[in-house]
Amino acid sequence: MDKHEDRDAGRVRLSDPGELDDPWQDALASGWDESEDTGAPASSVPHARGAGQDGPGGPAVSAADIYLEVQRSPAFQEVRRRYRRFVVTACIAFFSWYVAYVVAATTAPELMARPVAGSVNVAMVAGLGQFLSTFLLTWAYVRHARLRRDRAALELRWDTQELTRGVGR
Amino acid sequence: MSGDHQTLALVLFSVFVAVTLAITTWASRKRHGTAEEFYAGGRLFTPMENGFAIAGDYMSAASFLGIAGLIALYGYDGLLYSVGFLVAWLVVLFLVAELVRNCGRFTLADVVASRMNERPVRIAAGTSSVTVSVLYLVAQMVGAGSLVALLLGGTSGAAQSWTVVGVGALMVVYVSLGGMRATTWIQIVKAVLLMGGAIALTVLVLVRFHGDFDALLSTAAERSGHGERFLGPGLKYGGSWTARLDFISLGLALVLGTAGLPHILSRFYTVPTARAARRSVVWSIGLIGGFYLMTVVLGFGAAAIVGSDEVRRSNPAGNTAVSLLSLDLGGGADSTGGTILFAIVAAVAFATILAVVAGITLASSASVAHDLYASLRSRSRRKTREAPAKPRSEVAVARVAAVGIGAVAIGLGLLARDLNVAFLVGLAFAVAASANLPVLLYSLFWRGFTTRGAVWSVYGGLVPALVLVVLSPVVSGSPESIFPGVDFQVFPLQNPGLVSIPLGFLAGWIGTVTSEESPDEAKHAETEVRSLTGAGAV
Repeated sequence: MDKHEDRDAGRVRLSDPGELDDPWQDALASGWDESEDTGAPASSVPHARGAGQDGPGGPAVSAADIYLEVQRSPAFQEVRRRYRRFVVTACIAFFSWYVAYVVAATTAPELMARPVAGSVNVAMVAGLGQFLSTFLLTWAYVRHARLRRDRAALELRWDTQELTRGVGR
Repeated sequence: MSGDHQTLALVLFSVFVAVTLAITTWASRKRHGTAEEFYAGGRLFTPMENGFAIAGDYMSAASFLGIAGLIALYGYDGLLYSVGFLVAWLVVLFLVAELVRNCGRFTLADVVASRMNERPVRIAAGTSSVTVSVLYLVAQMVGAGSLVALLLGGTSGAAQSWTVVGVGALMVVYVSLGGMRATTWIQIVKAVLLMGGAIALTVLVLVRFHGDFDALLSTAAERSGHGERFLGPGLKYGGSWTARLDFISLGLALVLGTAGLPHILSRFYTVPTARAARRSVVWSIGLIGGFYLMTVVLGFGAAAIVGSDEVRRSNPAGNTAVSLLSLDLGGGADSTGGTILFAIVAAVAFATILAVVAGITLASSASVAHDLYASLRSRSRRKTREAPAKPRSEVAVARVAAVGIGAVAIGLGLLARDLNVAFLVGLAFAVAASANLPVLLYSLFWRGFTTRGAVWSVYGGLVPALVLVVLSPVVSGSPESIFPGVDFQVFPLQNPGLVSIPLGFLAGWIGTVTSEESPDEAKHAETEVRSLTGAGAV
């Protein structure tokens, strides 16, 4: 949903640079102010809870309970599991590949200088491989997040904000 | 370099300065004076705009001229350097960008402080952020001075000093008047210019070799004077084992440091959602990756077309490789094409410095005002962000801080003018990786992390990194040191990352397991839920 909006905003602002002056900025700015207003109760939750911890409980304490409850909910655990599984695997993969590359380049230059085709040697292939693997992992991460995580996370976001908003008031 | 080059380059400089000042005026005219506006540009940039701005913030003149020059002189080892700068973005994309966008408001300290006893954590994170920024800033300022002097042929000290003062003054104007909105647009303009310049030169190099990359490589190897060794690692970093370890240390610092750079982190707050932050990083990875691939072509192109010896004669560090290449590609030193291309390269380099410097100044003024000033001012400050007076006065402090940081940077830039400050960038990355990254990752992912752990991990990374540099050959004990006359060198490596990064993580762990305070389950739940879903994000 908000992705769609982002895109539209980008397209309008790109396709019509003449609109970049005041009226458009004003519209954007005022639009944002409104959404900021509606967002205010949610962002005030931690403050409410902070105050609640100082004094006796009251409704503020339950904002913390809401976050704990959401954290323990199966829906959230699923989002977290999917995120962590991808990120941990991908981090281990790219980090060990990078460290192996740097260590090989500094400690085994003879290996890296072995020719592959023409003037291109192992080192050149490995270096361009680092670029390629970075682009591929970026693509894979974005795809994974979009297909496996975004929808569930957005639903959790609205649910959580609904719950905390009630508490804040 | 003849007078024509200089005149045209100066005209282009002036055009860029005029355009950016116009942007600043336009951005500041509509300012509301809120913290949201000043630090985050109203959080309304699109992912594409922010992606260009991130790329503009990240690609310093050191990358454009420095890495291409390193490749022209040392061949493959220059490429080795640029790989670290790119791979680092995977850490940012996977672990930092979205979560930081969801959890914080303006700075790194926001993310950590939301879980902890606010004041000590904020002061610690603010201090390390300012340290990183100042190190980076001084490197850029000194680079600006020597670069402009180099490109315009004026080697006099006065020209260099005036450049440092001029760049500093301009950036103070940009930041204090225009805030994040002006800074972002300057970075976007700069990124477009830089990409445009790099694409044009790359195409010309490839056309010269009829699109044959293999021929480019073999000609480069031939003309470098090193033969086949030019295309493999080891020419620059392959000497003693200390030199090799030093490079591994630098490589670690580059990969882990980017995610802790305050001016990069603050860019994620300029978009409305975490998803937009993710897509900005994708844009910037595309731009930065494409850019470094082009510097590879430019570097080997300079070696093949200009020749390594010629490059070294012009500037021993290789910083003029791209400008010499542009002269040749345009048709030679006395041709119109050569003059125009040379002036464009000089103007792009200048724009690059201004944009990077403005980004860092803004981030450090945010740390000073939002983290340090706000924490130090009132010991028992309640979170009264709703109070109308407070954000406005904080912005006023931030504007003053920008002026102050500008003055400090100009002063240090003038003092350090004749020193070799290339190590400062590596050091800034090392400090960011040792002091900022551990605390950030621990607070986002570790349930048991405590206030003491947070404070220890910041200082446990920051202090060793700085102390090790003071004890390293950079400062004393070798002819290239800052103080060549004395010798208190104990630590053999120039870059402290290999030791200080693990120390930062270790200190955070020890501080946490030894602390009396039990971790706050509810706050951890809140951080985790907010970071992954965006609930309650501003």
